[in-house]
Amino acid sequence: MNEEQLLYSSSHEWVRVTEDEGGKVATIGISAFAVQQLTDLVFMELPEVGREVAAGDEFGEVESVKAVSPMYCPVDGEIIAVNSALPDRLETLGEDPYDQGWIIKVRLTDETSLGRLMDYSTYQKQCSEEG
Amino acid sequence: MPPLAKTPLHDWHVDQGARMVDFAGWSMPVQYRSIVEEHLATRRAAGVFDVSHMARLRFDGPDSAALLDRVLTRRVSDLAPCRIRYSLVTNDQGGILDDVLVYHFQTPSGRQYHLMVVNASNRQKIVRWLEQHLPMAGDVQMQDRTEQTAMISVQGPAAVQIVAGLVPVKVGDLGYYRGVVTEQFGRSCTVSRTGYTGEDGFELIVRAEDAVDVWKNLFRAGRDAGITAAGLGTRDTLRLEAGMPLYGHELSEQIDPYQAGLGFAVNLKDRSFPGRDALIRIKDQPRSLVRVGLELTGRRVAREHDQVLRDGQPVGQVTSGTFSPTLQRPIAMAYVQLSASDPDTPLVVDIRGRPLAARVVPLPFYKRPSE
Repeated sequence: MNEEQLLYSSSHEWVRVTEDEGGKVATIGISAFAVQQLTDLVFMELPEVGREVAAGDEFGEVESVKAVSPMYCPVDGEIIAVNSALPDRLETLGEDPYDQGWIIKVRLTDETSLGRLMDYSTYQKQCSEEG
Repeated sequence: MPPLAKTPLHDWHVDQGARMVDFAGWSMPVQYRSIVEEHLATRRAAGVFDVSHMARLRFDGPDSAALLDRVLTRRVSDLAPCRIRYSLVTNDQGGILDDVLVYHFQTPSGRQYHLMVVNASNRQKIVRWLEQHLPMAGDVQMQDRTEQTAMISVQGPAAVQIVAGLVPVKVGDLGYYRGVVTEQFGRSCTVSRTGYTGEDGFELIVRAEDAVDVWKNLFRAGRDAGITAAGLGTRDTLRLEAGMPLYGHELSEQIDPYQAGLGFAVNLKDRSFPGRDALIRIKDQPRSLVRVGLELTGRRVAREHDQVLRDGQPVGQVTSGTFSPTLQRPIAMAYVQLSASDPDTPLVVDIRGRPLAARVVPLPFYKRPSE
């Protein structure tokens, strides 16, 4: 997956929106920059499928040797899938963050939150300021 | 906020891409790349740590040991040259003001002095505390040498081999908690067989202007052995596995040496120091709280301040926790009530609202294989 075509939240989640028969689905993960900043990941908690989420809600957490970090859902909708293989293979997040490293899929109930997300170049600027 | 203090190795850390953090007012490397990699490299080969933020106080004069005897929980006046002793500084109530190492050094010209290495976070407090005792102490001069010197820790099974090539001292023959004044390629330094990782290793104190050269010499000498620069993040995971307390976590003014399991570092007989009378009383009372090791199930990490429960009732609090890179499971240290402190006691840690099973285990979590 080309990271330049994804949308990004200020809390370092990425979003890819695709069409499916029931409407729009957002696939969500955490950016390579975030994974690199976290380092030494040891634990990830995923949400339950079927949960309703609003943009800004915490949907899980990822923990490193040093600290625990919440993951925030950047969109409104219903969680329709979680990458349940991921917590046992956290290295995937570093190796392939934008494809095999996806975390949840959300069927959108409202698209307005997408307008608040950043494109790749805006997000890159944020990362260079933080890094 | 005053600007952060920088060690003489600061620019080297930044050039290497280290993540720098504020630690007790110092800009220090918490990690270069990965805490786990630096940790495992230290256990396997050798890690090199910049610990220049630790305060170094030097005492000269015939009464320097007498001054230290007045403030430390252990006697120093019987410490022979080249010997080092772990001790505590306590307040009048027996609470821990700091834990320190005291060195009795002798220069090649025969001059003797004492050195005390103090936690960075306690530097001002301890300097003030000592200054209060100085007027009664006779002929002794105290100098804070922290800025003029740097301190480098080389830890791991390859440490002997690495340091041996750099100083004209048989460091392999230097006993544990022994230290000498020597030189490295003409630059004066001290070498001691001490550390805070559970590994064999050495700590070098050098002049600030020599620090970068000494540091680079260590890397040259240790390249083939697999030497790695390691940050404070790794220092913390290593000391936790080794069951060593850290001031501000396991040690504080609210904790007494017996609760902390540091009774061995208190000598009460024929002594006079702040807290001595309180400690005589405390020693024979049942402990209200005891420092223990906890092993947890799963992979979630218990962190400082997480509550410890037994049968639903709070019995204590976690003071440090991490995911042990060596053991590949979460470990923690906690203070719990005496009745919940026996090994194998089943406990629960409330990790941010989620109860997780834990059990008391003896410290340390990790012991290095004996040679």
